[in-house]
Amino acid sequence: MKASAGTTALWSRKRYDIWGMLIGLALIISSLACLLPFVHVIAKSLSADAYVIANKVTLWPQGFTLEAYGKIFADKSIMRSLYVSIIVTVLFTIIGMILTIFAAYPLSRKQLKGRTVITFIFLFTMYFHGGIIPDYMLINSLGMLDTMWSLVLPLAFSAFNLLIMKTALSSTIPDSLEESARIDGAGHYRILWSIVLPLSKPIIATLSLFYAVGRWNAYQDALFYIKQNVDMRPLQLKLYYLIIQASESFQLEATQVTLSNPEVLKASCVVFATLPIICVYPFIQKYFVQGAMIGAVKG
Amino acid sequence: MAEGVILQGGECVKIENASISSSSKPAISTNRKKRGMIFYLRRDWQLYSLLLLPFTFVALFKYAPMSGLVLAFKDYKLAKGIWGSEWVGFEVFMDLFAKHDFLRAVRNTLLLNSLDLVFSFTMPIVLALLLNEIKNVRFKRANQTVLYLPHFLSWVIIGAIAYQLLSVGNGVINNVIESIGGNRIPFLQEDTHWLFTYLAIGVWQSMGWGTIIYLASISSINPEMYEAATVDGAGRWRKAWNVTLPSIRVTIVTLLILNLGKIMEGSFERIIALQNKATTEFTTTIPVLVYRWGIEGGNFSRATALGLFQAVIGLVLVLAADRIAKKLGEDGLI
Repeated sequence: MKASAGTTALWSRKRYDIWGMLIGLALIISSLACLLPFVHVIAKSLSADAYVIANKVTLWPQGFTLEAYGKIFADKSIMRSLYVSIIVTVLFTIIGMILTIFAAYPLSRKQLKGRTVITFIFLFTMYFHGGIIPDYMLINSLGMLDTMWSLVLPLAFSAFNLLIMKTALSSTIPDSLEESARIDGAGHYRILWSIVLPLSKPIIATLSLFYAVGRWNAYQDALFYIKQNVDMRPLQLKLYYLIIQASESFQLEATQVTLSNPEVLKASCVVFATLPIICVYPFIQKYFVQGAMIGAVKG
Repeated sequence: MAEGVILQGGECVKIENASISSSSKPAISTNRKKRGMIFYLRRDWQLYSLLLLPFTFVALFKYAPMSGLVLAFKDYKLAKGIWGSEWVGFEVFMDLFAKHDFLRAVRNTLLLNSLDLVFSFTMPIVLALLLNEIKNVRFKRANQTVLYLPHFLSWVIIGAIAYQLLSVGNGVINNVIESIGGNRIPFLQEDTHWLFTYLAIGVWQSMGWGTIIYLASISSINPEMYEAATVDGAGRWRKAWNVTLPSIRVTIVTLLILNLGKIMEGSFERIIALQNKATTEFTTTIPVLVYRWGIEGGNFSRATALGLFQAVIGLVLVLAADRIAKKLGEDGLI
């Protein structure tokens, strides 16, 4: 028995290694597929025009130059879009978090009368909504078209984030803790401010990132609502018109006739818009994974 | 003995409650029911006041637009406004159902989503099983970090990168194909190729992120199961097939049902970022058509009707999916 187990173990270990290497190889290939597109675009953005036109750039810059980035930073409309994106994202995240906490704390308290009905009213919006056109008509009649508020207010309440926050609060703040605070004479405002918020810092960080990254990346509503007021375009929308529709030319391009091929400029725009996310990505990844797991518990 | 203690404790609490809430003993139960909304409002006014702000937002930005759905039953004229326009009953819907574009949009929505289900849904499972086989923690974590990355990028950026990589004229992939002797492929400039590129990009974007939930449920498998399998002489594949997969079956089935419920939805941003004028056959999905008819074309009634059509079917599908998931003993989503 023992001897035969030994030989099979030896035999299977050899096979193990081959399969193990193949699995590792498959994963490396998948990871490279995720990574190499960025490497290529970065290489392109740092190359000289002539090499890009001749299709000579693959994964390493040819004729290294930072010219394209200089042009982006000199382009007022791109910098303006960056500015709009930052302001909108910050405001959106703050308002979104206030709404989420204000809704999640009362709804996580079992003593609240009408809790089920109110929760249903909030969460129903996840499964049914007016749709694109009624939303558009509302924004129109509120006079928010072409203003920053059309990007900040309508989506600030997220039923999904409320659900995650509520789940987290119900499990992290035991009723006994709240009761003892009440016996000591604290009202709900005080309990929320001095007990609940400090105890739920991780979930607040996670949801703030959900809001911020979601807002930063979205462009659908901007495409609908920001039409005439070109100055109010957030970065993603600007990028959409600039690169994908190519319906808009670079401001500097118009004045500098020498630039015949915008490929390098396009590539550096992509890198420019990706950079903020890539820079924070290593730090926020952990929170996102945690949030995804809480979210997965319910839907 | 223990039961007695608990019972006694329970009795004790009851009596305490009674003495606090009312002076006369027999009135306890009826007294409870008499408490109206005013009692709770007075006791928990702080909680209710917190709810006011989010409630206002939901009422204004989620429920108020629903009244705009009446547009689907009206002949909307800008001058008359939503409420002044004439009622036309189901005429708008009759008009809608007869449109060639409508049928194409429904077909495309179903086609793109079901193909997504085949590819984008299965890839994370495969990837999670592969990642699970990696014992070297550092190597595993490095792979995960890179694989999650595309999930954090906007569709505009993904679209822009796709055009940089895949365009016929100067895309790097076509350069490589040509240099090894192949022909340039119109990945994004021809209908059928576009469809496959669209799917591949979807897989690329979501495969890493999708593994999280499977890895989480794999990590909750009892290690003794693997030990027992090893003792029984099961190899790597045997264990993956007979231990890992059955253990995450519940997760797979739940996610599959939930995704089936979303089959009428469509990612507007993904299509808009990847489409171009050369490929209109598969890019017309329901949300895209709503956008074109309504916001670009100004035909608000027909666009609203189309949106409502999608929303109602979507709601029915989600409720059905929830019912099925619950019937199978899963958590469901509502």
